[in-house]
Amino acid sequence: MGEERTMSLGLAIREALHQEMERDTSVIIMGEDIVGGAGSDEPGAEDSWGGPMGITRGLVGKFGHNRVRDTPISEAGFVGAAVGAAATGLRPIAALMFIDFFGIPMDQIYNQGAKLRYMFGGKAKVPMVVRALIGAGVNAAAQHSQSLYSIFTHIPGLKVVIPTTPYDAKGLMISAIRDDDPVFFLEHKTLLGEKGHVPEEPYTVPLGVAEIRREGDDVTVVAIAKMVNVALSAAETLEAEGVSVEVIDPRTLSPLDGETILDSVEKTGRLVIVDEDTPRCSLATDIAALAADEAFYSLEAPIKRITAPHTPVPFSPTLENAYIPSQERVVAAIQEVVSV
Amino acid sequence: MDIPRDKLLEIYERMVTIRKFEDRVHDEYAAGRIPGFVHLYAGEEAVAVGVCAHLSDADSITSTHRGHGHCIAKGVDVNEMMAELYGRATGACKGKGGSMHIADIDRGMLGANGIVGGGVPLACGAALTAQVQGTGAVAVSFFGDGGANEGTFHEGLNLAAIWKLPAIFVVENNRYAQSTSVKYASAGGDIAARAQSYGIPGVTVDGLDLFDVYETTGAAIDRARAGEGPTLLECQTYRFYGHYEGDTQGYRSREEIEEYRTKHCAIQRFRDRVTEQGLLGDDELDAIDGQVADAIEASVEFAANSPFPDASEVTTDVYVNYEEAI
Ligand SMILES: Cc1ncc(C[n+]2csc(CCOP(=O)(O)OP(=O)(O)O)c2C)c(N)n1
Ligand SMILES: [Mg+2]
Repeated sequence: MGEERTMSLGLAIREALHQEMERDTSVIIMGEDIVGGAGSDEPGAEDSWGGPMGITRGLVGKFGHNRVRDTPISEAGFVGAAVGAAATGLRPIAALMFIDFFGIPMDQIYNQGAKLRYMFGGKAKVPMVVRALIGAGVNAAAQHSQSLYSIFTHIPGLKVVIPTTPYDAKGLMISAIRDDDPVFFLEHKTLLGEKGHVPEEPYTVPLGVAEIRREGDDVTVVAIAKMVNVALSAAETLEAEGVSVEVIDPRTLSPLDGETILDSVEKTGRLVIVDEDTPRCSLATDIAALAADEAFYSLEAPIKRITAPHTPVPFSPTLENAYIPSQERVVAAIQEVVSV
Repeated sequence: MDIPRDKLLEIYERMVTIRKFEDRVHDEYAAGRIPGFVHLYAGEEAVAVGVCAHLSDADSITSTHRGHGHCIAKGVDVNEMMAELYGRATGACKGKGGSMHIADIDRGMLGANGIVGGGVPLACGAALTAQVQGTGAVAVSFFGDGGANEGTFHEGLNLAAIWKLPAIFVVENNRYAQSTSVKYASAGGDIAARAQSYGIPGVTVDGLDLFDVYETTGAAIDRARAGEGPTLLECQTYRFYGHYEGDTQGYRSREEIEEYRTKHCAIQRFRDRVTEQGLLGDDELDAIDGQVADAIEASVEFAANSPFPDASEVTTDVYVNYEEAI
């Protein structure tokens, strides 16, 4: 094998989009400024924006305006159109920019897209992807920093995916596009620049399969999105103290790979969940309930949830730093459960 | 419409304050002293100031992600504004909001907004309060050409029209929404023409001409206060800086920006007109320039010397009243 090819998580997503649009002409993509410069007479204006971080730049040159569309700022309109197009033969990708904007198209998502198949007695399918940025950490304040994935996980009919490595980002995006159900593909804004190995050829990472990022015997840490890195650093720190930490990245929140989590808890007897989202009715709570239900007799210590507080995301750096679960909090929680 | 001398001076002072504030924020941001996302209002001063010159603290406005100009036009303290952008405890929102959520409800400034179109229904609500309580106040919603494509715009206009709410909807058509031209994104020509669908007046305004904005808004406010309902104003304007700080602006030419900066600067136009007509003198205008420069310098000093909020502030202000520990 030659040199391993590395690229950023954002570019891995771009490659997945290119390869799937090439493979399947029913795949289209739309969103605000995903191309950019629409309606401008300026030479070179076209493709001058390319969506957040320029990830969708280059698509229009290859696939044309029929399949790559800039939209007006009308999320109820274009996300709803993605639902309707998906139900009638296309595989649309709707780019929502920030997940915080979901309130505008939400009816189209949860009353229409998520339920069509069930309401129609299984006679319809809605193969679409909604891409959106999640997460705090760049002082983007209360309306551009939320996690919110628990809301979509709560809704029957939707699938929810969060890649944390470039390899997974490409494979999960390809799976999401090929999947016949509506998938929320959520990208943590601080992970887009993360670099790693990405094979050139198309490949899939299956939805609903967790990844054990680090093996350990003393405690299971389930971490979501950026918190995977926080948990891995905490595990490294604790290794020096002789604590062996297993870190699980669910990768898909719906469907959730409960088996991998439960097998690990049965092995370690201890569970800490690290979730950047707010704590009420959250993934952290959901996973804790799963373990309490199914692995109660394996548990040797109380389950610990490390989450953001039940507040909006604050702007000021000092406040935002206090809001986001820190490595120190994760280390302390692990120390607490292993000392029981 | 004759504008009283004092008012003219105040208008000039507010426009220059916006320009110098934004120029300074541009520099502070580039120097890494302001975190987060920042969208600057420079170039569009005549819209916010021409509209807000008619308003008192009892009247409400809603704003956008590009909200600093609306704050200043509505009389929000620049020290508190700069401190907010710096994320300090002395900021207008105690450092919790930042540029995109800067607000001062005591001044009737119901917030910048991170959600495009988010302010339109809020302004309908403020107008509803005025109508129900019979206060005689009005509410103004500022939003962009891009914002006029959100459902909230259409729902808000219809609601205001059927209830004859004392509301004024001000589209700041600066020709672009991020990188997208209004020519691509908006069907049906002028945005002002959308008013016809709701049976309310829609007026196209030269948003780079303070006097045009001032006069047209005056008529709309008279109508609103007389119980005749809302008006849609489309102010044609231009932003001097990129969509956000950091925008490389490949969608428009340097010449276009330069042309607006040099030939269509609303502040210069105002100055030329008031001096040519002998309404104000260069001396007094220069004096204002100096005072504003000092005030902006002082605001940066105030912000830089203010403490960051204590981490314990994260969990305050979520509710008025809540039994459970957060
Ligand atoms: C609901 C929603 N959709 C998209 C965005 C991202 N966004 C922020 S500003 C902007 C463009 C707004 O354009 P316009 O309304 O014309 O205002 P301008 O920036 O030109 O002042 C977009 C798309 C957002 N903040 N909220
Ligand atoms: Mg605009």
